[in-house]
Amino acid sequence: MPKASVTFQDVGVTVTVPAGTRLIEVSEKVGAGITYGCREGECCTCLTRIVSGHEHLAAPSVLEDQVLKNNLAPRHHRLACQAQILGGTIVVRPA
Amino acid sequence: MAMPKIARAEGAVAIGAGVHWIGAFDPDLRSFDIILRTANGTSYNAYAVRGSAGVAVIDTVKANFAQSFFSRLESVAGYDEITAIVQNHLEPDHSGALPELLRRAPAATLYVSHQARTMLRGLIDTSAFEQRIVSVGTGDTVTLGDRELLFLNTPYLHWPDTQCTWLATAGMLFSGDFFGCHYCDGRLFNDAVGDFRSSFEYYYANIMRPFRTHVRQALDLIEPLPLQTIAPGHGPILRQDPRDYVRRYRALSAPALHAADSRTLLVFYLSAYGATRRMAEAVAAGAESVGAEAGEVRVSLHDLEGGDIPSFVDLIEEADGLVFGSPTINGDAVKPVWDLLSSLATVDIRGKIGAAFGSYGWSGEAVAMIEDRLRGLKLRVPVPGVKARLVPTDEDFAACRELGRQAALHLLGRALPRVLDMASLA
Ligand code: FES
Ligand SMILES: [Fe+2]
Ligand SMILES: [Fe+2]
Repeated sequence: MPKASVTFQDVGVTVTVPAGTRLIEVSEKVGAGITYGCREGECCTCLTRIVSGHEHLAAPSVLEDQVLKNNLAPRHHRLACQAQILGGTIVVRPA
Repeated sequence: MAMPKIARAEGAVAIGAGVHWIGAFDPDLRSFDIILRTANGTSYNAYAVRGSAGVAVIDTVKANFAQSFFSRLESVAGYDEITAIVQNHLEPDHSGALPELLRRAPAATLYVSHQARTMLRGLIDTSAFEQRIVSVGTGDTVTLGDRELLFLNTPYLHWPDTQCTWLATAGMLFSGDFFGCHYCDGRLFNDAVGDFRSSFEYYYANIMRPFRTHVRQALDLIEPLPLQTIAPGHGPILRQDPRDYVRRYRALSAPALHAADSRTLLVFYLSAYGATRRMAEAVAAGAESVGAEAGEVRVSLHDLEGGDIPSFVDLIEEADGLVFGSPTINGDAVKPVWDLLSSLATVDIRGKIGAAFGSYGWSGEAVAMIEDRLRGLKLRVPVPGVKARLVPTDEDFAACRELGRQAALHLLGRALPRVLDMASLA
């Protein structure tokens, strides 16, 4: 299975993950500071800054886009409960 | 003897040129949102602002007080004159009469914050007036002819949707729950009502304190305004020395402890026979071994048996890292740990470093349970906890020192990067 690597900058942990993994599945396990509320892409609690490798995440759904917009999220920010890792190297930190 | 004039105003009350209070009094309320108590009831403040080309209604009231709101509104404006409705906050105590107001005032556009847009749909059926809703942010304005309203986006005071509205021609800030309190007094103005200081402080401590970073950001927007009156969503209208209240919020929301260059780590423990206590001392010693000379990490040990929760909560609010030590007794961490961990709703602890350790007899669930709870409270938990069976060995103490050391390194942003495979994670 294709692999990807994601770094959680705030705790200094890099994890090798299978493609298709969502950020939420990894961040909690490594104790990163990304926090979750609804876990369903509605509350924007899990807003995360994609420091690099933005293009290696699956494009946001219409709903995620709307939630990001309503919450005035800056560029290259995603909902960690939604964002799916496609491959490559990604670096993230809590917004 | 003259009766004190707490008799309630029956009609609308002029609070400035072309501005009326049109809210409702709820003197009998004793408990609000389950978590708040009030000895003085509350008021749901709403306002009507008249300009040369229209009337704006700012906020409404709780649904069962709609009638007094509408009759006060009708005494100062006709429904067809209303061009704008502003909801500074969507909680039902302010939006309860909104659907009916939208029906009665067909020419009005509803202005809410961007963040309120999706929440609004969850609260009321917006299908009939979807076209009349406009979302606004800081700097957006709506004109009433000779005067205009300016919006300030001030989220999380205390919901994501909250905003403030500024009426420059009157120097008046409509602040929603911000600067509010549950204190019902028909004399309405801060210079006329009874002593409401404790209600003001209580409201801040329970509603605003968890969001103090957002409080500071909102104050950054509000402080430069030439304020003459603060008109909040509950309690007295602050027309005498409104800046006193702004300064009070600034003081209450300021970090109390240290300069940015030192970090604070608290080690809490409870110990039946001394094992967890000695582990706690090892954790503290490990943390102190990091950058101690420069005083970069200030470590303190606290026996949960000897303190009371409010003062621990004060300490936790200012700390950067929290380590909890608990023995496992009957398959659980001990109650004082849970009591403290369930008392943190009034402070912002998101993003702090958390860790756990403890001794046990045969099963040792406490450490993982505390770690789970810390994650649930939105702490970072990057250092795996330490469990010691019965009497801790030298190895256990070494692991505790390492736990403290790693926690301190994380606090200083100096932890060594780690590379893991997803499959190795529990
Ligand atoms: S947790 Fe609510 S949007 Fe991700
Ligand atoms: Fe509220
Ligand atoms: Fe309120």
